[in-house]
Amino acid sequence: MAEVEETLKRIQSHKGVLGTIVVNAEGIPIRTTLDNSTTVQYAGLLHQLTIKARSTVRDIDPQNDLTFLRIRSKKHEIMVAPDKEYLLIVIQNPSE
Amino acid sequence: MTGKGSPKAGARGSASRPKSSSSAGSAKSNKSAKGKPKPSAGKKEEAAPPASECAPPEDIFPLVLTSKTQELFQCRADEDLTQENPYKLLRKEDILLDVKTRGVVSDFQPFKQLVLDYPEEEILLVYDRDFKYGNNFYLVGSEEKKEQFLHPPEASTQEEEEEAQEAPYKPPESKLWISLGSEVEIEDESIKDHRQKICFKISRIRREFGAPVKFSDHSAVKEKENYVECPSYQDKTFNIKQMEKNAGIQAIPMLVEASTQTKWKYPKNACTQYSAQEFSDEEKQKLFTSKSLKDFINSVSIRFEIALQQNEIMNAFIDDWKVLGEEESSFGGKTDTHLKEYQSFTDLHFSKNKAVSFVNWHPSIPGIIAVAVREKYSFEERINFSAKLLLTHALILIWSFSDPIHPQLLLECPDDVYCFEFCPSDPSIIVGGCMNGQIALWDISAHMERLQSTRTGGGKHAPAKATSLPGFEDPHANDTPVMRYCAVSSIESGHKAPVTDVQWLPDYYEVSRLGTPVENSSGMCLQIMTCSPDCTVFIWDVRAPKAPLSQMTDRKKAEEKRLDILHEIPDTFKHLDLTWKPLIKVALPKLDGGGEYSSMKFSLVDSHRDTWIHGNVDKFHPKTEKLESGIDYATLRVPSAKNLKGQSDVSTKFSLGTEDGELVYADWKMEKDNDTGKLSSSKPSNCFVIHDGLLNTVQRSPFFKDIVLTVGGWTFAIWKEDIMSGPLLQSCCSQKRCTVGHWSISRPGVFFIGKEDGSIDIWDLLEKTHEPSQTQNICTAPITCIKPWIMSSRQHLLAVSDEQGTVYILEIPWTIRHPSNNEKTSVSNYFEREVKHLQYFEARKLFREREKSEMEADEQKRKAEAVPPEKTAEQLEMERKTEYEEYLEVEKKILIQVGILQEAEEPLPTV
Repeated sequence: MAEVEETLKRIQSHKGVLGTIVVNAEGIPIRTTLDNSTTVQYAGLLHQLTIKARSTVRDIDPQNDLTFLRIRSKKHEIMVAPDKEYLLIVIQNPSE
Repeated sequence: MTGKGSPKAGARGSASRPKSSSSAGSAKSNKSAKGKPKPSAGKKEEAAPPASECAPPEDIFPLVLTSKTQELFQCRADEDLTQENPYKLLRKEDILLDVKTRGVVSDFQPFKQLVLDYPEEEILLVYDRDFKYGNNFYLVGSEEKKEQFLHPPEASTQEEEEEAQEAPYKPPESKLWISLGSEVEIEDESIKDHRQKICFKISRIRREFGAPVKFSDHSAVKEKENYVECPSYQDKTFNIKQMEKNAGIQAIPMLVEASTQTKWKYPKNACTQYSAQEFSDEEKQKLFTSKSLKDFINSVSIRFEIALQQNEIMNAFIDDWKVLGEEESSFGGKTDTHLKEYQSFTDLHFSKNKAVSFVNWHPSIPGIIAVAVREKYSFEERINFSAKLLLTHALILIWSFSDPIHPQLLLECPDDVYCFEFCPSDPSIIVGGCMNGQIALWDISAHMERLQSTRTGGGKHAPAKATSLPGFEDPHANDTPVMRYCAVSSIESGHKAPVTDVQWLPDYYEVSRLGTPVENSSGMCLQIMTCSPDCTVFIWDVRAPKAPLSQMTDRKKAEEKRLDILHEIPDTFKHLDLTWKPLIKVALPKLDGGGEYSSMKFSLVDSHRDTWIHGNVDKFHPKTEKLESGIDYATLRVPSAKNLKGQSDVSTKFSLGTEDGELVYADWKMEKDNDTGKLSSSKPSNCFVIHDGLLNTVQRSPFFKDIVLTVGGWTFAIWKEDIMSGPLLQSCCSQKRCTVGHWSISRPGVFFIGKEDGSIDIWDLLEKTHEPSQTQNICTAPITCIKPWIMSSRQHLLAVSDEQGTVYILEIPWTIRHPSNNEKTSVSNYFEREVKHLQYFEARKLFREREKSEMEADEQKRKAEAVPPEKTAEQLEMERKTEYEEYLEVEKKILIQVGILQEAEEPLPTV
C-alpha cells in the first residue's frame, strides 16, 4: 500500500504532470488526484479508447498486445498504460 | 454410227498420229484399274486417247494368261501367237467352260461377265508382247474393235505413211462441239408452233369482194354476250381451318404494386439520465490495497517514467521547419527600411525661430503630442532682449494628428520649459521644469474632452458653430485656448539653475520626509524628482505639506498674487502655488572631494517612466476609475513619517549624468547622521568620465533594468549598473555631436541617436556595434528630442524635434520595429559577453601591471649589476640611419630580383 502510494506520488511529482488516475477494468476510477467530474470523464472516455486501441493492435497481429498509449494534444499529453485489470492514466503538460 | 466414223476420220486427218495409237484407237477396250469392265456397245462418244502404257482403252482388257491356259487355248506366247500375228479368236463357250472347270484358278475368271455379255461367239485375244497394257495378253471386248484388229484398214496405213512423211504441217483440227447448255436457250428463243394454227374462214357477199376491208376494234369486255366470265367472289361459307399458327411468347417478371398504411404515432420526448458508476470509499480502499494493483503499478510505472522524462527533455512534435522561419509575412514591408515621414508639426506664430526643447506623447490619448518650445538666445542675448521676453510667454504646444496647422492647446509657462512630463497616474496633470529654476504644474482636465474629440477629427469647429448666434459670436472662439499653469514652485526654495530633468516617482512607493522610501497607500504618482545643474536634486510632493503654520506668510503672498490671475485656472494645486517647496534635497558631493556634481539628467532604477514609455495605453485604465471620482489634491496631505511602513525592496539608487560628461551612481536615501542629527544623503558610489561634453541623455533600457544608455559630446555609451569598471559599449567619436538618444521601445537591441546635423542614427546591437546600422537625415537643424511611440501594432511612430521649432512624426518601418526571434535573449547574451570582456580586460590589466612591476624589478637588478654604455642621441641617430640604409639596399635587391624595379643603367659617358 505504501509502495503504491509512493510510486504514484513519484509519478505525480514529475515536471508538468497535471493529474494521475487509476481506473479498474470497467472504467470506474479507483484513485485520482483530479476532481471528481473530470476524473469520471477521463476514466470513461479513455477506457473506451484503450479497448478500441487494444482491439486494433490485436486485430492486426493476434500475438501482439497494447502496452502504452500516448495522446498528444495541443495543450497536454495523456498517457495510458493498460493492464488486464487496471488502467493508469497520467496527464502531463510538456515543458515547452 | 457417228462415233465409229469419227475416230476413223480423225485418224485419217491427223498425220502425226503414231501407228500404234491408231491401231489402239480403232479397236479399244477399256479396263479400269478396279476391274469393272464397261460394255462398249452402247457408247457413242469416244475420245481418241493417245496410247499410253498405263491407261488401257475402254474395250481393252489386259490379262495374264498362264502357260497352262496358253496351252489349252493354243495361244502360247511366241509360238502360236507371234508379233506379226498376235490375234487369236477364242470361242466364248470354251472360255466359259474353262471358267467352270477351273473356277478361281482360271485366268478368265475376272472377265466372266464380259465374256457372257459379249454378243458374238468368238472373242479376240491379242498377244501383247510389249506389255503395252501391263500384261502379256488382252481381250478385246467389242466387236468393232475385233474387226479393226483383224481387218485393219490398209489405206490408213498407207496414208499414215504419207502423212508421216509430211509431219511438220499440222492444219487446225476441228474439235468436237461440247454442249454447255446454250442449245437450251437457243431452243427457248426460237419460236416454235406449239399448236396447230387456227384457221378462220370468213366469207363476204360477193358484191364486197375485193372491196377494202374495214377492221375495227371491238372490246370484248364491253358486251358480255361475247364472253362468259367467271369472276371470283368471296364465299362466306368458305373457311380455311388454320392448321398452323405463329405465336411469340415473352417471359417478364411480375410487377405487383402494393401499399400499406401504418398507424401514425405522435412523437414523444423521452430522456434518460445516468450517472457514472463509482466506487464507494471502502471499495476503493479495498481495491487500492489489493496485491494485483500493487503489481500493476510496479510493472507500469517504468513506462511512465520513461515517457514523462522524454517529454521533459524535448518536445518530439515541434515542426522544425516552422520554427526555423522567423518572420510571418509581409515581404513588401521588409524592403522599406527608412523612417517615413508621417506628419510634421510647426506653428508659424508660436514655434517659428524657436527651438523645441522637449517632446512628449500623451500617455492615454493616442495622437496627441505635447511640444515645449524655447527661445534660442544665448545668455547675453537673453539679457539684451529681456524686455521683449517678458512680454511673450513661453509655451507648451499640444498638437493633435487631426490638425497639423493649429495646435489644440497652449500651455503658458512662467519661463522656457526645458523638460516636462505627464503624470502617469493622471494624464491631465503636467509638470514642467523651467529655465528659471521653477517647476510648474498644469491641469488640462477641462480640455481633456476637447482633446479626445479632436482626436477623432474635426470636432473643433462643429460645436463652436452650433452654439454661436450671429452677432454674439466670440471672435476668439476658434482660437487655440491658452491654459495657464496652476501652480509654480516657490522661487526661493527651488532650483537656482534651469531645471533640466523632471520625473514623476512611481506610484508604488513614496518618499517620506525623512528621506526613506515608504509605502504609497494612495496608488498614485504624487512625487516628483527634479535635477538641475546647480548640483541639486530635489524631490517634491504634490500634496499640501502637513505643517500649515510656517506657511501662513507664504499663503498670504500667494493669495495676493492670485487676484491678478484669470479665473480660468483650475484650483487643483492652489495649495501649492508659489509656496511649493521640495520635500527632500539631495546633495551630490563629488567622490574625490571638491565640489558637487552638476546634474543634467538622471534615471531612477525604480521608475515608472521607462516602463510605461512602451506606450501601452491599457495600463491606465485602472487609474482612470479614480479620475472620475475626482481627486482633490488639496485635501491630500503628506502623511507623517511615523505612520508609514518602510518599503525596503525599492532601490533608491539612480544614475546621474553631469555637465562635465560624468556618469554618477548616487543614492537619494537620506540617512540620519548620528553626530549632528541632520539628515544627509550618502555619497555617490561611482563616477565615470567618459563623454566629452555634457550628458544630454541618461536612459534606462525598457527591456533591461540595469542597462543604461548615456549620450553626450561626440559619443554614447551603454552601461550596466553593477559593473564598475567601465561601459559595456562605447561608441567611437562620431563626426557630429550626438545631441540626444533614445532606446527603441519594441526592440531590445535598437536605439536612436540624434545628431547635430539633423540626422538620426539607428543602431542595432545585434547587427553591428562599430557603426550605426542606418543613418537618415531628417532636417537641417540639430535634433533636440527623440520620442518613440506605439500607436498600434502596425504603426510605430517616432517624434523627432529640431532646433527650428518643427516636430517631425516619422513612421518606423517593419525592420526596425519588429524584434527578431529571441532578440531579448540575444541582446542579454551580448551584454553578458561584454561584461565578461570587461572583466577579462580588468584581469589582463592587473596581469600586465604585475608583469610590468616584475619587469621593472628585473631591470633594476640588471642596472645595479652593470651599467651599459649609454648611447647618446646622436649615436642612436647614426645607428638608425645606417640601419635604414641597409634596409633600403635589401629592399632594392629584392625588388630587382622580383622584377618590379629595373636596374638603373649606367649613364653614358658624356662626350
